[in-house]
Amino acid sequence: MGIKVHSDKCIGCSLCVKSCALGAISMAEKKAVIDMAKCNLCAACVESCKKFQAITITKESSAKINVSDYANVAVFVEQHEGQVAGVSFEMLGEGRKLADQLGEKLVAVLLGSGMDNAATDLVKFGADKVVYFDSPELEKFRDDTYAALVSQFVDEDKPAILLAGASAVGRSFIPKVAARVWGGLTADCTGLEIDTERKLLLGTRPAFGGNLMATIIAPHHRPQIATVRHKVMKAAVRNDSRTGEVVVKKVDASKIIERTKILDFVKEVESTVNITEADIIVSGGRGMGKPENFSLIRDLAEVLGGAVGASRAAVDAGWIPYSHQVGQTGKTVCPKLYIACGISGSVQHMAGMQSSDFIIAINKDPAADIFQIANLGLVGDALQILPELTKAFKER
Amino acid sequence: MNIVVCIKQVPGTTQVKINPETGTLIRDGVEAVVNPFDEYAIEEAIRIREKVGGTVTVVTMGPPQADAALRSAISVGADEGVLVSDRAFAGSDTWATSYTLTGAIRALIKEKGKIDLIICGKQAIDGDTAQVGPGVAEMLDIPFVAWVRKVEEVTDSSIKVERLMEYGYDVVEMPLPGLITVVKEINEPRLASLKGKMKAKSAVIKALNTSNMELDPERIGLKGSPTQVFRSFVPERKSGGEKITGEVAELAQKGFTVIQNLGVVK
Repeated sequence: MGIKVHSDKCIGCSLCVKSCALGAISMAEKKAVIDMAKCNLCAACVESCKKFQAITITKESSAKINVSDYANVAVFVEQHEGQVAGVSFEMLGEGRKLADQLGEKLVAVLLGSGMDNAATDLVKFGADKVVYFDSPELEKFRDDTYAALVSQFVDEDKPAILLAGASAVGRSFIPKVAARVWGGLTADCTGLEIDTERKLLLGTRPAFGGNLMATIIAPHHRPQIATVRHKVMKAAVRNDSRTGEVVVKKVDASKIIERTKILDFVKEVESTVNITEADIIVSGGRGMGKPENFSLIRDLAEVLGGAVGASRAAVDAGWIPYSHQVGQTGKTVCPKLYIACGISGSVQHMAGMQSSDFIIAINKDPAADIFQIANLGLVGDALQILPELTKAFKER
Repeated sequence: MNIVVCIKQVPGTTQVKINPETGTLIRDGVEAVVNPFDEYAIEEAIRIREKVGGTVTVVTMGPPQADAALRSAISVGADEGVLVSDRAFAGSDTWATSYTLTGAIRALIKEKGKIDLIICGKQAIDGDTAQVGPGVAEMLDIPFVAWVRKVEEVTDSSIKVERLMEYGYDVVEMPLPGLITVVKEINEPRLASLKGKMKAKSAVIKALNTSNMELDPERIGLKGSPTQVFRSFVPERKSGGEKITGEVAELAQKGFTVIQNLGVVK
């Protein structure tokens, strides 16, 4: 068990040395040697040696379950104030696709209160079966309750795959579900595929701030759980002719042991658009110069129907709240259009936005790093260009 | 109040860049640092201790060289460090890591009588999973609040915090013992003092491994890990597109046309 270099197959090409992000491989007498103190078994070297197959990772598992007892793709449907979250429609769209590839059913799990109509609607958005836990206790997200009920659903329904949005809610309680059921959880996926032969979910996710992609599998554990990033998957399209079953589960409130208490919710994001769900983000950085100039960012965002983002420099300067920060220590976004204004493009900032569909950078400095990943670079003063752009869209 | 902070040693990612010619990671001069989010966790633990008294114990799971991360935490004010390290832990995914850290915290509970509060950074910047904090809370069967941006109040038996959500924040009250994960906004970590550095240098780091922890051998390391890496690869980099210079009006017009043609503006 573990990682092994087969010295009979190793030709000493040292491709694996370059592939290792942890510097764990060196060459000794023209053969690869792995420093086990540094290796975290990420398998990048295995991939680099595909041609010669001189490095292998073998694994046995302690899981005692029979994976064939588990079937179907389940989607956790997130709601806020009785409204189904946008990312959940994306999960339904993707879940439908995966279920079809497996020839299995798509099951939606909804936790809420007085949402019978929304539960029925989930069928129109692709679910073959909807499991709806209905109780006033479920109106608001709470960790213990959500983790307990979704774990209960897993025990009863035995889905092979469970998907949830990689939102503040999903990434808070889904790891608790995985911990409880000993499931294989892959966080913040940007790609999902099915290995139809082995009926395995392949979840691809960025690591090292997007500098390395890793595809993760959980061969011996069920369910295979993935939280999935916003705006990456196509949302399900409503089809009123679809039919399916809705199972309403009444929840015995006396059985819910919730230890946390939500005393208040304070709405804070200044524009109503949540940056992780926005199609368009206009973002400002240090180059905006002073807090008053940030209104130029807000004006363009407003006329485009987009959200306002910011670099760490702008947030640290106190020009805009932290909830708008894009980057490694802020939020990761992938809108259809990202407009970076006065942002030089630190590695950390780019880690948070480089997967955007289209990037426009406006910067005075022609050598700014941001231009390296921008689809369109405008070399000029954002303070002058922004008002012109806003004006053009207003007059359109 | 006995506080435990779980930390991780990670590569200082500012240096992790891609060689544009070979498409491989450049790791020359990559030094190991304390995960930045964990620095906020350490700072918050120290601030709570300064207010209500008690101890701050930092715990890390990793190779022997992760000792440096513990000493760095002691240099800014943590009282003691615990290194959870064993060859048998190699290949742990987030599940097995959560399980092993849970074992470490149980060992500390045995030693100290009780642990009141566990603080973790929201995620590590190498794996970005954000799974170990909630995993540990679940396995210890204690309450949990993620994404804490402010600790409003701490008493012997409860904590009141602000939890950052997508559209604002929740004010959440949680009984202790409990676990929170913190975001960057929570504080500004202090720098090490000379005295702190001296203390860190001479500090005795407690070692935990399979011989002095109660762990199910089936649930640790590669064997206890549900997930495994199937492949990893360097993503195709976006190469810069068109870069234009000119008069303001010209640039704005170009921007307008390109955005219009994308068809994303309703």
